[in-house]
Amino acid sequence: MAKRIIVLGSGVAGSMVANRLAKSMQKEIYSGEVEVLVIGNKKQHVYQPGFLFMSFNEGTLEQFSREQKHLLHPKVKFILEEATKIDTANNTVTTTKQSYNYDFLVIATGSFPDFNSVPGLAEGSHNFYTPEGAAKLRDELFKFKGGTILMTIDVPHKCPVAPLEWIFMADELFRDLGIRDKVTLKYTYPIGRIHSLEPVAEWAEAEFEKRGIESEVFFNLEEVDPNKNLAYNMDGTGHPYDLLISIPAHVGAKVVRDSGVGDEDGFIPTDRYSLKMVGQDNVYVLGDATNLPVSKAGSTAHYQVDVVVRNIISQMKGFPASHRYSGKAFCFIESGLNEATYIWFDYKTPPQPMPSSEMLHWFKLSYNELYWLSARGIL
Amino acid sequence: MSEVQITKTIDARGAFCPGPLMELVKTIKRGNVGEVYELLSSDSGSAKDVPEWVNKMGHALVDSKQDGDFWRITVKKMK
Repeated sequence: MAKRIIVLGSGVAGSMVANRLAKSMQKEIYSGEVEVLVIGNKKQHVYQPGFLFMSFNEGTLEQFSREQKHLLHPKVKFILEEATKIDTANNTVTTTKQSYNYDFLVIATGSFPDFNSVPGLAEGSHNFYTPEGAAKLRDELFKFKGGTILMTIDVPHKCPVAPLEWIFMADELFRDLGIRDKVTLKYTYPIGRIHSLEPVAEWAEAEFEKRGIESEVFFNLEEVDPNKNLAYNMDGTGHPYDLLISIPAHVGAKVVRDSGVGDEDGFIPTDRYSLKMVGQDNVYVLGDATNLPVSKAGSTAHYQVDVVVRNIISQMKGFPASHRYSGKAFCFIESGLNEATYIWFDYKTPPQPMPSSEMLHWFKLSYNELYWLSARGIL
Repeated sequence: MSEVQITKTIDARGAFCPGPLMELVKTIKRGNVGEVYELLSSDSGSAKDVPEWVNKMGHALVDSKQDGDFWRITVKKMK
């Protein structure tokens, strides 16, 4: 009987790990010794960083989407079903249709913005973290004639630099439209500086000064009053807005929360080096689904894939699962509509932003297309 | 310290982004009043950042000390 590896989740992490497993074990898969199943609940695979660009009408959902089954290796079985339970005691994943046994499980179920995390948030705010949110924000943005755009940020959230990118791009957009003097851009952040990374905060503060972007630190959103257009901080102060852009706290997938395998937010306790689920020898977790103190970003998943694939193959051969994740992540940072910078870091190396350039912006735009090679496990 | 019951330990050693303080903010926001969290951080900035945030937001710093090559900072959720 074939050894079965189930990959639960078909986003960036799930697709990459399944394809890389299939490519690395072609012989075993074609001979029927090993099978790789991907269980996912979406027919379309969406490149989520595209939402930022969509909100500025710099791309469409069609451009950032592909049919999932066409992204997977021909020998990877794609099961389009909703998973309802992960049972590590019995090595099974149950969906709304049936149960599947596994020898190895890879959990790549992602994270999701929780628009109910703060009262009034769902009714009162806009976002660029969902395709619907990005489309709605795009329509509002190009109707906006002046006033205050307030941005609030909660934790945890995907792509920690995206809020900065949005505010820089908005600054440039309103300059291009000739109405920058009528727009107040106000960016808030939960701690005492405008980004958790000190070097990024220093870089961004200088850019804010240069561009006239206002900021408020120690801002932890507790309530939104959509009738009065006020966003309330944890200290009780109400902050007026004409357009509220909010990055809500994210939670883990429903199947993780329903199965009781995650923490209070639905993120799975994961060994920071081996990427095994804590207490499990045949379950790996990667991407946004982990509880690791690393960025919830596609590049994090990208670097983790290699570790998970090599460790599973090692275990199947009876070798030790000795490969270790270094904590590496790489992020482009759009610093306007025509320039970008980047950072990288790992558990031992702090990040340092490079000077912005037009070339890096084009590199980022190119990666938006190259991504499909990454999802296929080629790049 | 032995008399303080730790509700949860947050191991944020090696965390740069979103970083140790953001890990603590996340936990405190979801937690219950009276709970005590122990943050492990390898970032020396945490020794300054964490007390500053805790004071500003009305929570209590229970303890902060260096333990080898990392910091062990204990915080109580007050409201």
